[in-house]
Amino acid sequence: MKFVVAVKQVPDTAEVRIDHERGTLIRDGVPSILNPFDTYALEEALKWRDTLGGTVTVITMGPPQAEAVLTEAISMGADEGILLTDRAFAGSDTWATSHTIAEAVRKITGVDAVFCGKQAIDGDTAQTGPGIAASLDWPQVTFVGRVREMTDRSMVCERYVETGIQVLRVTLPAVITVLKDANVPRIPSLRGKMRARTFKPVAWGALDLGLTPGETGLEGSPTKVVTTATPEARAGGSIHRGTPGELASIMADLLLGREGTR
Amino acid sequence: MTAGLEILLDKCVGCGACLSSCPTDALSLEGGKAVVSPSCTLCGMCVNSCPLDAIVLHHVIGGTSGLEGFSGIMVVAELRDGRPDRSTLELLGEARRLAGVNRRVTALLICAAPSDNPGTLVQYGADRVLTAAHPALAHYLTEPYAAVLLHAVRADRPEIVLAAATTQGRDLMPRVAKLLDTGLTADCTELGIDPETGLLMQTRPAFGGNIMATIVCDRTRPQMSTVRPGVMKKLEPDPSRRGVLENLTVTGSMTICRTSLEEFIPTGGSEVDLTEAEVIVSGGRGMKGPENYEMLHELAGLLGGSVGASRAAVDSGWIPYPRQVGQTGKTVQPKRYIAVGISGAVQHRVGMQSSDEIFAVNRDPDAPIFTFATHGFVGDLFEVIPALISEIKRRRS
Ligand SMILES: Cc1cc2nc3c(=O)[nH]c(=O)nc-3n(C[C@H](O)[C@H](O)[C@H](O)COP(=O)(O)OP(=O)(O)OC[C@H]3O[C@@H](n4cnc5c(N)ncnc54)[C@H](O)[C@@H]3O)c2cc1C
Ligand SMILES: Nc1ncnc2c1ncn2[C@@H]1O[C@H](COP(=O)(O)O)[C@@H](O)[C@H]1O
Repeated sequence: MKFVVAVKQVPDTAEVRIDHERGTLIRDGVPSILNPFDTYALEEALKWRDTLGGTVTVITMGPPQAEAVLTEAISMGADEGILLTDRAFAGSDTWATSHTIAEAVRKITGVDAVFCGKQAIDGDTAQTGPGIAASLDWPQVTFVGRVREMTDRSMVCERYVETGIQVLRVTLPAVITVLKDANVPRIPSLRGKMRARTFKPVAWGALDLGLTPGETGLEGSPTKVVTTATPEARAGGSIHRGTPGELASIMADLLLGREGTR
Repeated sequence: MTAGLEILLDKCVGCGACLSSCPTDALSLEGGKAVVSPSCTLCGMCVNSCPLDAIVLHHVIGGTSGLEGFSGIMVVAELRDGRPDRSTLELLGEARRLAGVNRRVTALLICAAPSDNPGTLVQYGADRVLTAAHPALAHYLTEPYAAVLLHAVRADRPEIVLAAATTQGRDLMPRVAKLLDTGLTADCTELGIDPETGLLMQTRPAFGGNIMATIVCDRTRPQMSTVRPGVMKKLEPDPSRRGVLENLTVTGSMTICRTSLEEFIPTGGSEVDLTEAEVIVSGGRGMKGPENYEMLHELAGLLGGSVGASRAAVDSGWIPYPRQVGQTGKTVQPKRYIAVGISGAVQHRVGMQSSDEIFAVNRDPDAPIFTFATHGFVGDLFEVIPALISEIKRRRS
């Protein structure tokens, strides 16, 4: 089987601080990490490769330093890594990102399945996976909490929705987006770490993919960010201190209102 | 002018304010001016950070031909047990508000059989209901639903297409937006029409809820958004509203699908859905363990509410995920939200800040939750909550 996993380098949003006055990030000291959701996508692909044989290629689109997430994936057991990097890719929204990644998947040829994370923690859009599927005209299954079975022709996925679980059989090639529930990602092995040390990704730019400016990057992006701001702070109200009994009494007044004074 | 980031050298004084705003470390100072390195992803975060407006992100201008002939707002209705779900009603209310007097709101109803009650959609704000009925559309499946929406948009040419940011909307819309070669903004929490340009201003949280980004789609049509459930206000149903009912013919080719539903396993349990609750008592890491949620259930019971939680409590396995409130959980807007042992991290706040009144019990007077709670109580929850429960019981007896 030939699997591709799309992984993204993101700032660790748990560590991000904000400048309220200007409505921007304060990045100082915030580490860049492999998007946590992508580790589940990667583990799922590695797991099925280990069962069925084949290869796992990780692919990332980003600035040159995004190579770090490919190296991390190699240390976890991925076979190959492709870095999509080019000035022309900068400013891509999800349309342009999925378009570009889809071109790379076409160029790899013979791919059976693309695994994406459920969403990236910086944008939280969850749009790239379905966008890749649409570009390739492949079926898609999103929010996959478990892959039950896989053959070279189809796979059976559990798709977690608000009211329950859809069990879906999808023909290959297909794109799936994977939830945290699917698995527990493995720890890099010693052998993986050794491989990672000498790993050099294949690098592809816009020319390699035959992409024109209108199809990628800022120019190829139908959406644009016009302003950023910090979330509207809700003003705080009163703060009460006292013994538990006093606090409980004030709370009861507020919660029960007239009912309480009956 | 080509697209890109420009530092206006006459304005830049080399203060370095932009450096720390850059998520990819692409800015540095050279000779007293900011310089951009190739690792810039043109994300635009630095633009606001500059106190002197010396940074400009040039987008491509023009290409606005072909935008004519689009009008109205299309809402993709979502059914649950054959009836429009709450998020659909919220969307209709929002669409009606955006539409004003001169735009028409069309609800697209994708269903198995035409009987699936279009009247409700009209009562909640639709001016027109377009029904696409076919037995193959009984369950949500990506490809046939995408084919129907694609066809409806091409035939109807709406200016704006909205769907709820549910697992359905977030699966369907990105596929269709890609096929239509137009933009889509995910999980919006605020929408508006810019009075000057007429563009849909789509606001959504990014970077873990730390930043609100406002996004436009100015060169292609339709403008598409998914909208977070629980944020928009639905209208009071108006039985006197009149709407047009039309059918959309579903052809065999639209029902081609490479995915088949083998089974559906419904989630058990009939507790009140958090997004419907009027009172929510939520417990966080301060609860210390699953057994202590019993008192929150008791308090919620006395107040006629439901129990929620922070992610820290869910991750600890004290309470199941459907109870989680916040960025990666549910967005709720009850009349009263009572946060017990919750610090008030931004990712929690974005899920509950539209509650009418927020109560917070926390023993740390510096907990962030006190900066936005309506009523803050500094104290130990293991003393305050039991005292409150007996106080309520005493007053009612
Ligand atoms: C991408 C991302 C998404 C996230 N999504 C969500 C989300 O959807 N929902 C969410 O909630 N979080 C989310 N988080 C996590 C969030 O950042 C916080 O870590 C989390 O909300 C903290 O939960 P908490 O307030 O229960 O725990 P803590 O921050 O540990 O706070 C516990 C509080 O309890 C108080 N306390 C302790 N003991 C007592 C006592 N005896 N009496 C009174 N008070 C006491 C403490 O003073 C403290 O303020 C997300 C994070 C990331 C990075
Ligand atoms: N720049 C990128 N490079 C590689 N994969 C990406 C990129 N952006 C998004 N993805 C993939 O798409 C998923 C969803 O991302 P998003 O649509 O940004 O929420 C991620 O979890 C990744 O698997």
